[in-house]
Order: sequence, then C-alpha cells, then structure tokens
Amino acid sequence: MATSSNNSPALLEIAEVSKSFGPVAVLRSVSLQVAKGEVVTIIGPSGSGKTTLLRCVNFLESYDSGSIRIDGKEVGYRDAATRQRRSERDLAAMRAETGMVFQSFNLFPHLTAAGNIMLGLTKVRGKGSAEARAIAEHWLARVGLAHKADSLPAELSGGQQQRVGIARAVAMEPKILLLDEITSALDPELVGEVLAVVKSLAEDGMTMVMVTHEMAFARDASSRIVFMADGGVSAVGPPKEVLAAETTNERLRTFLARFRASHF
Amino acid sequence: MLSQILYALPFLAEGFAVTLWVSLLVVVLSLIAGVLLGVGLVYGPAPLRWAVRIFSDTIRGIPILVLMFFVYYGLPAVGLHLQSFWAAVLALTLFKTAQVVEYVRGAVASIPKGQSEAAMAIGLTFRQRLTSVIFPQAFRRFLPPWINGVTDAVKGSALVSLLGITDLMQAVNQVIGRTYEAMPLYILGALIYFAVNYALSYASRMLERRFAFIRD
Amino acid sequence: MGYTLNFNLIWRHFDKLWGGLLLSLELAVISIAIGIVIGLVLAVWYVSAGRVVRTIIAAYVEFIRNVPLILLVYLVFYGVPTVIDLAYSAPTSFVVTLSVYSGAYLVEVFRSGLEAVPRGQLDAGKAIGLTPWQRLVHVRLPTMLRITLPALSNTFISLFKDTSIASVISVPELTYGAQWINFNTFRIVEVYLVTTAMYLVTGYALLFALRLVERRFRAAR
Repeated sequence: MATSSNNSPALLEIAEVSKSFGPVAVLRSVSLQVAKGEVVTIIGPSGSGKTTLLRCVNFLESYDSGSIRIDGKEVGYRDAATRQRRSERDLAAMRAETGMVFQSFNLFPHLTAAGNIMLGLTKVRGKGSAEARAIAEHWLARVGLAHKADSLPAELSGGQQQRVGIARAVAMEPKILLLDEITSALDPELVGEVLAVVKSLAEDGMTMVMVTHEMAFARDASSRIVFMADGGVSAVGPPKEVLAAETTNERLRTFLARFRASHF
Repeated sequence: MLSQILYALPFLAEGFAVTLWVSLLVVVLSLIAGVLLGVGLVYGPAPLRWAVRIFSDTIRGIPILVLMFFVYYGLPAVGLHLQSFWAAVLALTLFKTAQVVEYVRGAVASIPKGQSEAAMAIGLTFRQRLTSVIFPQAFRRFLPPWINGVTDAVKGSALVSLLGITDLMQAVNQVIGRTYEAMPLYILGALIYFAVNYALSYASRMLERRFAFIRD
Repeated sequence: MGYTLNFNLIWRHFDKLWGGLLLSLELAVISIAIGIVIGLVLAVWYVSAGRVVRTIIAAYVEFIRNVPLILLVYLVFYGVPTVIDLAYSAPTSFVVTLSVYSGAYLVEVFRSGLEAVPRGQLDAGKAIGLTPWQRLVHVRLPTMLRITLPALSNTFISLFKDTSIASVISVPELTYGAQWINFNTFRIVEVYLVTTAMYLVTGYALLFALRLVERRFRAAR
C-alpha cells in the first residue's frame, strides 16, 4: 500500500477504490495518499485508469467500492458503506474544494477570460462581482494574461486558454488541484508556457495531482510519481526511484523504454 | 384591373394583419411551450421524456392540415368549443411546438460534455450549470434554426383560410371571387408573403452574426 | 366528454382513405421524381454558371421557399388557366405545383451537396484524365448523393406530407378522403385518428426504408 512520503496527515486519501465499466475493470482497488503541498504525478499507458482515477477524486465519475476523502470528508457519498450519494447541493460544495484543469480546456465559450474565472467566485463562493473581478485579474496576471481579461476563449491561443483554465481552477482556492493531461491538446511550442505556470504553483505549495505524459516535467516537478497499469498502482515513489532505468518492475520498464524510444 | 386591385388593397391589408397576428401568436406560444417541453425532454424524468417524445414524433409525422382539421372538428365533438380562430392557432401552435422541442433538444445536445464537467468541477449546482453554462450556449445554437422556422409559421398560417378565417390567403381568394382577377392577385399575395419571409430570413442572418461567439 | 368511439362507419368507407393514401403516394412519387430532375439540373448548372444564371436560379429557389404551398397550388390551378389557354385536371395541376415546389427545395439540397464534395476528389479525377463530364458523372454526383442522402430523406418525407394540400383543390387523396368521411358520417375523432395513424405509419415506413438505403450507400463506399 502506498503511503505519503512524510508524516503529516494526508489531505487526499484514496482507499481501495474500484470501478468497472460493464465487464471491464478500470480501477482495481487503488489506494493513494497525498499530503498537503505534495505534487503527485500519475503516469502510465493509455487505458491504465489514470484519468478515471483523477475524475473520481471530484466525483465526475462515480466508483463501485472504496472511499475517497479530502480533509477527512468523503467526497461523493454521504456514507461510503451504503454508497448513498450526496445531494446535488452537497456534491457541488465538495467539488468546489477541488480544482480541475482539463485536457480540452473546457473554457466557457460565451464568457470572457475574466468571466470564466468569476463564474465560480460569484455563484459558488458568493463574492460580489467587483471582488470576483479583482480576484480574476489577480490570477490572470499570475498566469501572464492580465491583458486578456476581456477576451473570449475563441480569441485566445490554446496555451492561453489552458492558462485561463488553470486560473479558473486556482481562483476558487481549492484544497487540491487536479490536472488531467493538460498539455496533451497543445501544439508542442505552447506546452512550455503552461507547464511554467504549473511549476510556479507547485513552488507556492499548491497540492496537486497530475496526469501527464510530460516525463521530464514529472521528474523535475513532482514529489512522487505513481505508475498505473491495468487499473492498479504498479509503482509509486520519488521520481528518481520510479524513473530509474534499472527498475525491477517489468511493466514499468517496458513503459519507460517505449517512452524513451518515442520521446527522447 | 389595376383600379380593382387598388380598391381591394385595404381589404388585403386587413387580411395581412390577421396573418401577422396568427403568426405572432403561434411563434410566441410555441416558443414558450416548446422550450418547456424541450427542457423536459432532455432533463425530465423518464415518463415526461417519453410523453414529449411521443408528442413530438406524432405531431411532426402528420400533415399540419390533418392536425388542423382534427383540432377544429374534433374538439367540439368531444365537447370543447373554441372559436375557429383559436382552434387554428392551437393547431398551428401544437405543430410548431413539436419543432421547437427538437430545436431545443438539438441545441442542448450540441453542447460538449466537457462544459458540464467544467461547471461541475468549479462547484456549480445542477440549476446553476443550466442557467450559467448550458442555456447561454444552447441559446446561440437554438437561435438560427428557430428563426429560420419563423418563416414556416408565416407560411403555415395560410392554412387558417381553410377554416374561414380571413387572413391574407383568404382575403386574396375573396377578392378574386369578386373581381375574377385570379393571376394578378395570387401573384400579389405571393409577393407579400415573399417580402415578409425574405425580410425575416435576412433578419435571422443578422441575428446569427450578432450572437456568434467571436466578436468582430 | 361523453363521446363514444365507433369505427364502423370508418371501415365502411375505408376505401376513401386507402385509395386516398395510394393517390397521396402517387402524387408524392411523381412530383419528387420531377423535382429531382429539376433540382439536379439546376444545381449542377448553378455551381458552374455565371452571375446571371445564378441569380435567376436563386430567385426561383427563394421565391418558392418563401411562399405558402397552398397559395402556389391555387395559383397554378385557378390562376394560370386564366392567362394561358390550357386545361388540366386538379391532380395534374397539383403534380406540376409540387414538382416546381420540391425542385426548389432539392436545388438547395443538391447545391450544398455539390459544394461539399472535397476538392481533392475532383483533382484526383482530373489527375487520372477524366473529362469534365466524366468527373461530374463518376466523381461529383456519386459523392454528392452520399453526402445529401440524410437531408434528401427528410425532404422526401416532408413532401409526402405536403400532398395533403392537394385536398384544397379536391384531389381525392388521403386528407380529402378524411374530410369526406368527416362531413358525411360525422365520426370526426375516429376518422382523424385513423388518418393520423395512416400518415404516421406510411411516413415512418418511408423514413425507415430511406435509412436502409442510406446505410447501403454508406456500406458501399
């Protein structure tokens, strides 16, 4: 069983989570703990369940058994044992505790960059629009887009859109930030600007769980790396250990070898 | 010939006003009913979804004329007496409502799933997701087909002439009955319908541009 | 309320409905066939023509699409014979009207289909040395047909329903048959229930058949 790398109580506790789509098991009793301030990167071949796991954390996907807690509170279920779902209102409140950045950005096309950020602040956090606007401008400046506050998503490049996506998530002051292959849909030359933002957030102590194919970034920015295969955690540890060429984990070695062959 | 037509113009204008009034009623009433039922079709409980689906597929599967006769002659038979004007408006509204239901369904279905997910991820409740994220976007997709369909309502309104309502179509027929100038009057009538509908479709193109996501 | 359904009189006069349905189908098939010819010729002409021809074709399409069908039906049946010395029956008159009407809708369908044919296909046709006519027949039209089939199916069903307008000039098709039974037996609810069912079954059967054709075409790629 994976444990957190230090002794502080875990912010996120995933315990024996399993999920099947029909006859196909996508998650097999996955357990993982993430401490406050940690950056945990999940790698693995496609179909290994990484994205599904991430989406279970904010209950965009439900799961069949197990438990996911943030700060000790069960996320999706009122009671993990009876699997009684939280009410819509409760669930929304729980989801506001996590931020998520999507592979396909999913910015709201009818709202400006600032509007995208302000929506959650006004509707969920109940802030006035002036205050929300100030917060939005602060975070846009932070991701280097202060001058784009009033642009619509369609007027922004992919990299800019994704930086707005990050700002939208962190402006809610989530306890934990979930990043789902956030650079996969970007042209190669735009990846850097997005990763730079993520890195600076990590340096500020933001707790993050990130699914990515950017190995170099995973190695440099993560506290720990989780390698998933066939719906389970196959290896977990500090980057140096997991990415070591001489690992004895057969599946991990194959994955890394294939990865190096195609990416380096 | 020309003097006879000029003499008939005020009468035609009255008919034209009825055509516009019927069209306006149908468009507004079907918009309200269609949006409510359309949202019911997408988000409602299963029995409601089924009811709306059957309603829409049935109504869209029969000619408007049959629907209109059914309503006009059928309602009194079961004890419901409506003025012919309102029976006609009801029938045309039912027909248009079924179309609006499909526009709504299509518009909502065209919003990518990621939009709901992003809205969920920032903690919006179901109702907030609909009002702040889904509907504003669906509205823009709903608008073009709906506005195109407004011309259908104007054209469809000509059928009320068959129930003895003096709309533009009926006015044209009555003037022909008195003057025997069939060809000029039909052409004049056609040109009036054409002018209204062409103006409407022009306005729709303008509106579509106005509501595009990219500003000029 | 207090209305009791009694279908006996409907069945006694069912030949009015059945014969009417057959005539509706006949009107639809003939008009659509002529409409397809009009639509294809004008669409092909449109995409290769100059400004003047384009304007004329567009005027025809826009005019027909913006005028109620019932008015066109009256115009052809009551109006045209007053200016040209021609005698024709109501069914013929309606077929002429619906052909011209469907032609206008089909020009639009075919034109957008032709414009959606990828350039690369035409270039490929040129590259293997096909003449313009061969490119049209062997490359452009087949591809266009596949692209437009779903829209075509919907247009056909819609035109089938439009045949009910023929009843206003006393063509004894299905809606006319329903009206006849309505006025002669007063079994109003029953006759329109049966008529509705007949339109629905025929319409959805047609749609189902057309979807099968669509699938066959897609499989044939």
